[in-house]
Amino acid sequence: MTTKEATYTYALRLGDDALILGHRLSELCSRGPILEEDLALTNISLDMIGRAQALLKYAADTENNGNTEDDIAYRRAENHYYNHLLVEQPNGDFAHTIARQLLISVFEYLFYTELEKSRDENLSAIAKKVTKEVKYHMQHAIDWTIRLGDGTNESHKRMQTAINDMWMYSGELFEMDEVDQYLFREGVAVDLIPLKAHWQNRIQTVLTKATLVTPEDGYMQTGSKKGVHSENLGHILSEMQYLQRSYPDAKW
Amino acid sequence: MVDTELYPDQVYDLISVIPDPEIPVITIKDLGILRAVRIEDEEYIVTITPTYTACPAMGMIEDQIKEILSERGIKKVKVELTYSPAWTTDWLSYEAKIKLKQYGIAPPNHSSCSHMFDASEKVICPRCNSKQTELISRFGSTACKALYKCNSCKETFDLFKCH
Repeated sequence: MTTKEATYTYALRLGDDALILGHRLSELCSRGPILEEDLALTNISLDMIGRAQALLKYAADTENNGNTEDDIAYRRAENHYYNHLLVEQPNGDFAHTIARQLLISVFEYLFYTELEKSRDENLSAIAKKVTKEVKYHMQHAIDWTIRLGDGTNESHKRMQTAINDMWMYSGELFEMDEVDQYLFREGVAVDLIPLKAHWQNRIQTVLTKATLVTPEDGYMQTGSKKGVHSENLGHILSEMQYLQRSYPDAKW
Repeated sequence: MVDTELYPDQVYDLISVIPDPEIPVITIKDLGILRAVRIEDEEYIVTITPTYTACPAMGMIEDQIKEILSERGIKKVKVELTYSPAWTTDWLSYEAKIKLKQYGIAPPNHSSCSHMFDASEKVICPRCNSKQTELISRFGSTACKALYKCNSCKETFDLFKCH
C-alpha cells in the first residue's frame, strides 16, 4: 500500500459517509414533522452533500485517472461504497432519524476535530470547515433527543426504541483496518480507539439527561470497510444513481 | 476597450463589486468570499472560498467573475476554490454588518466565535431593535442563517449565524 492509495481510500470512505447520509436526509425534504424541522434536516443534508463533494473531489484528484467527483459518486456499484452501515439506515419514524443523527454527529464532531491536526493539508482544511458545520448538527440532535426522551410517554418509548435499534451500528465507527493504521502512522489519519471513550461519555450524558437508558454493547454489525452493506444501500443507490444510469453523461 | 496588462490588484478591484447572489446588498469582498488574485503563467488565478462547504452560490460567483473580466478583454482566468483558511464571519466588515441589518438580517454578534451559539443568546431585532427575540430554528432559509422571531414587533427575521 502506498500513501496515495491509502489516502484515496480514506477520502472515499469519509466522502461516502457524507454522500449517503446527505441522501438519506434529503428524503425528508417536504416530509419533516414541522416546517422548521424540514428546513433543519434539509440544511444538514446540504452540508453533507457539500462535504461529500469536497472529499470525493479530493479522492478523484488523488486517484488522478480522469474521474471526477461525480463519476465517483454515481458510477460505483454497491460493494464499492465504504460508508458506515449506520448512515444508510432508513429514516424510520422521527425518533429513528434523530437517534441516527445523534450517534453519527457526536462521532463526527470528535473525529473531525482530530482530523484538523492531520498532516495531509487537504484533509486538515476540509476538517476545519466540517467541524464548524457538524457542531450545529450535533446540537440539533442533542436538543431533539432530550426533548423526545424527556417528553411524553409515547415519545420517550419511541426514542428509547430508536436508540436501541441503532446501537448495533455504532461499534463499526471505531474499527481500525490496515488503511487507518497505515495513515495513522503517517500522521494523516485519526486514531479511532481513544475516540470511543469520549464518544460513549458524551452519548451517555445526553441519554441520561433525556431520561433514556444507554444500551449495553452487544452484537455489533460490521462490514462497510470491505464494501459489505445492509440491504438498505442498494435501495438508496437505485434511486440516487437512476439518472446517470438511465442517461449516462446527462448534464443540466 | 481591451486590457491585457492589469495588475492583480486592479483585477481584484474589478470583481470585488460582485454582489453575493443570496444577499445582494453585500459584495463577495464584504463577505470575505473573494480571497486573492494572482498571475501564474500569464493567467489570472482568482481564489474564492465558500461560506459553507455546500454553498450553492459558488458556481454563479465563478461565472460572474469570468463575465466581468471577459468584458475587459481578459479571457485567461481560472477560479480556484480554497477551504483554508476556513471562512469565518470575523471577516465581515463593519460596513457589511450595517448593510445586513438595513436589509433585515441580524448581523452576527461576535467578532470571534469558537463556541457554539446558544438559544439564550440575545439577538437584536433588525427591524425594531428590540431585545425581546427568540430562536425559532438554528437552521434558516440558507445555510448561513438561523430563524428568529421578535416578540415586540411580531416579525420573524433571519440571523446571520456566527461561524
